[in-house]
Amino acid sequence: MSKIDRRMTDKKFSQVSRRELLKLAPVLALGAFAIPKLQQGLLKKGLGFSDWASARLFRPGHLATTFDNAELTPFEKFPINGYDVDDPGVIFENWNLTVSGAVKKPGDYSLAQVQALPRYRQNTRHVCIEGWDVIGRFGGARLADFLQLVGADPAARFITVNCADDYYESLDMATALHPQTLLCYEMYEQPLSREHGAPLRLQIPTKVGYKQAKYLTDLKVTNVLDRVGYWEDQGYSWFYGM
Amino acid sequence: MSGSVIEIIHEKAKDEEPLVVARAVYEHPYIVRLCHWINTVALFVMAGSGLQIFRAFPSFGAKIPEKDLLHWPKAFAIGGWLGGALQWHLTFMWIYIGTGVLYLAYQIFSGNYRQVLFMPRDIPGVWPMVKHYFFFGPKPPVREAYNPLQKHAYTTAIVLGVLSVLTGLVIWKPAQFSWLGWTMGGFHYARIWHFVIMWAILFFVLGHLVMVILHGWNNFVSMLTGWKKDPEY
Repeated sequence: MSKIDRRMTDKKFSQVSRRELLKLAPVLALGAFAIPKLQQGLLKKGLGFSDWASARLFRPGHLATTFDNAELTPFEKFPINGYDVDDPGVIFENWNLTVSGAVKKPGDYSLAQVQALPRYRQNTRHVCIEGWDVIGRFGGARLADFLQLVGADPAARFITVNCADDYYESLDMATALHPQTLLCYEMYEQPLSREHGAPLRLQIPTKVGYKQAKYLTDLKVTNVLDRVGYWEDQGYSWFYGM
Repeated sequence: MSGSVIEIIHEKAKDEEPLVVARAVYEHPYIVRLCHWINTVALFVMAGSGLQIFRAFPSFGAKIPEKDLLHWPKAFAIGGWLGGALQWHLTFMWIYIGTGVLYLAYQIFSGNYRQVLFMPRDIPGVWPMVKHYFFFGPKPPVREAYNPLQKHAYTTAIVLGVLSVLTGLVIWKPAQFSWLGWTMGGFHYARIWHFVIMWAILFFVLGHLVMVILHGWNNFVSMLTGWKKDPEY
């Protein structure tokens, strides 16, 4: 048995105990999350903080892991994910990427102009927010090269894209300039199929799946986001960097 | 302050001797109690929202063909849908990590870790405790706040907590933490470990609750006020 450090009356002990219990009051602050009026605001702040931290954790020069051809998921087992239709019926002959915003040379760019830029092929992991992942082989031009071609202001904060199926997305400039961020027109060394986003899609190994918009039609360099992204506007994280 | 022992007395009339009614030990410093309860809430939210996230793809194999592992009921999940669950998960993970880091820092710098950390010298005491709990063996003498089996359980729980954060980091940022992911077998395996570790933690919680009920009210109150009345040692 340990030695007694001091004596206390039972009355005093009750007081001390009560005071110690009351010191735990900060725990009750978590109850704010249970109040319907406050809940959405608090969760939005929490998600915003995670996005802020994500942007700080992102290293512009750090490459996502690349894989050997032997590790590729077979093309037919690469999931086709769309929010609406698998094929919005893009007429390839009329297709252009319309570029606007903080660029020196706005206007319509053809697929040939994108394909004239150096082509990069990479085997990278595609991670869906749902939790599944596949390794695919993608080919295309670096978005950074394209942004240089159109004379984009690299000090601008965002890139936004619109798609033929009315999907829309936005990207932070640091990710847009990342060397693995592609304007993708090839999968498994074949021209991009319609279900996978032909003729042109984003392929970003440092972002989660829903950021990789398909069937691109418009690209804008901007400092303001009128709307963030199809899924983000329903509550998904904006940055969601890998 | 931690570990100090007091004698509780009932004061009588002037010339009478005060009556000793109980003894009490200060077992749980304030930071430990604060972290314990905030982390309890955070763990509950993390598990509930994590299971809702899992519902979006309840499998660990390929997407095509998908073979679902189990259908977790929505009633036992938090967030309503994948996006809602991720909001809870990505908010409370900071509270979960924050209390975890504060707890570990306090334990290390205050020296209070000695009360909890399972050390090699605790090994001989494990088997007698197991015999007592599970095979009706005699009760080994109680000499400190936690017996060797308790220390083992709490140390394991803390290690599991750390691992839940590390596997979670790899799932959240597989590219930035690729080196950490590599130690776990990559993104795909990190997700499996994260899931397994959650169940291990929930298993600990279940055992913890059973033991708290068996050990009675004074033991439970000590995690609220810090003071354990009538300790066995």
